[in-house]
Amino acid sequence: MANIMIRQNAAGGLVFYLPKRDLEADIQSIEFDTPEKWGGELKLENGGSYYVDPIPKPARLPISVRAKRLGAAED
Amino acid sequence: MAALTREDTEALIAEVLEVYPEKAKKDRAKHLMINDKTLESSKKCITSNRKSLPGVMTMRGCAYAGSKGVVWGPIKDIISISHGPIGCGQYARAGRRNYYVGTTGVDAFCEMNFTSDFQEKDIVFGGDKKLTKLIEEIEQLFPLNKGISVQSECPIGLIGDDIEAVSKKAAAALNKPVVPVRCEGFRGVSQSLGHHIANDSVRDYILSNRDGQAFETTPYDVAILGDYNIGGDAWASRILLEEMGLRVIAQWSGDGTLAEMENTPKAKLNLLHCYRSMNYISRHMEEKYGIPWLEYNFFGPTKIAESLRKIASFFDDKIKAGAEAVIAKYTPMMNEVIAKYRPRLEGKKVMLYVGGLRPRHVVGAYEDLGMEVVGTGYEFAHNDDYDRTIKDMGDATLIYDDVTGYEFEEFVKACKPDLIGSGIKEKYVFHKMGVPFRQLHSWDYSGPYHGVDGFAIFAKDMDLTLNNPCWTKLTPPWAKKDQAAEKQAA
Repeated sequence: MANIMIRQNAAGGLVFYLPKRDLEADIQSIEFDTPEKWGGELKLENGGSYYVDPIPKPARLPISVRAKRLGAAED
Repeated sequence: MAALTREDTEALIAEVLEVYPEKAKKDRAKHLMINDKTLESSKKCITSNRKSLPGVMTMRGCAYAGSKGVVWGPIKDIISISHGPIGCGQYARAGRRNYYVGTTGVDAFCEMNFTSDFQEKDIVFGGDKKLTKLIEEIEQLFPLNKGISVQSECPIGLIGDDIEAVSKKAAAALNKPVVPVRCEGFRGVSQSLGHHIANDSVRDYILSNRDGQAFETTPYDVAILGDYNIGGDAWASRILLEEMGLRVIAQWSGDGTLAEMENTPKAKLNLLHCYRSMNYISRHMEEKYGIPWLEYNFFGPTKIAESLRKIASFFDDKIKAGAEAVIAKYTPMMNEVIAKYRPRLEGKKVMLYVGGLRPRHVVGAYEDLGMEVVGTGYEFAHNDDYDRTIKDMGDATLIYDDVTGYEFEEFVKACKPDLIGSGIKEKYVFHKMGVPFRQLHSWDYSGPYHGVDGFAIFAKDMDLTLNNPCWTKLTPPWAKKDQAAEKQAA
């Protein structure tokens, strides 16, 4: 489990940030994206994927959440 | 000579790595890359923020350097105690030339060295009592300080002193922030972790101190983050922002004060110059206070204009018009500088090896002067820095992470740059090799280099260094004998 921060970039897309490793990557897809349920599996553009426990959609970004690593990006 | 081609550069890297043992070669190869502008991410090409190899000459610093030297040191009304043996504080004292307005020793303390001067008995019996006494003495001798930070040196972590408890007690007794900073030098691989630790301690002990207190705001409040006022940099940046109609409410941390830092959450936009050392606190403020942050670059006219427009795009038409007016006002001045120096510098090649933001930020300024940056590298960057560098550098240029003394010399011998920009540890090596050199950490005791005023000084300094007649006098007379004899014979 790691603390991550999800923020919005200028283009409106979501950006994943892992402070511990200074890893910044665009989020390609988010599993749940409805007002009641938001989160689930995040697929990153670098090939990695993380899981965030679904929560009601946050009122504003960025938000810090706990995430579990599912598949690591190559390194 | 034209820049090296991709194949040449590859061959150069292979040749340079040849002397290392197998394992070291494999490791170092990951830290060297040839730039390819089409790349979106640096991750596959370069590894960064890893432990330096034992046995090579690295130019990195330590976590204490990142925290005390970079982030905390320049805050003028906070006294930063170098807690531990005397050397760390004394040799890091006032070396970074963070300018400030104030009377040193009365209401400003950057250039002074406060240290607990650890002795053997403090290591054996612990230094907490000494720290308590030191804080009391500081309060008595320098009552105008607004706060105290305790910057731990290596032994504090090793012997397990509880500086948090001492700080907490002292803060209650003095009714001032006393901030324990766990920036022992052995933490992390370079000064980079020190920046992070310092940011976290600012977040925990300072940032929210004035939440809920009244503050007279305007819609145009901005804060300058990550500008350490080296040689007056932050002032040269600040006047541009103020001229376009913004109100700068805080400077982090060059010429900054505790009050400014506490008021930063009231800003409308955080302007981030050094991404590496202050992105942590910017991200935190974005999440907690909803303040957007923006990276900008005030080196050279092209980047200044670009950045001013980018900053203005966050505000209304008044600021946008202000930005255009500022650009229009200073363009003739900048053009004059370029007209004067470009003919003297055109086509010259530069190699850089610095830290933080400069390996990518100054590229634009060199290009404005017609110079070409053929190689660049960071001491302590992470991959997000390299992502940003790829776009700024030309194709097939050399990029090196945590370059070793040997590699850097070999690269210089092969690329034959006309100018090198790096730090004091490299300076005299290259002087002896006969290559013009500028220190880009402290601007070689010159500056400012940011902003419009800075660009004129930057151009002048580069010219003075590069075209200095001393570089033609490097061959001693006895080595010139052949030429003289030839002349006589002719």
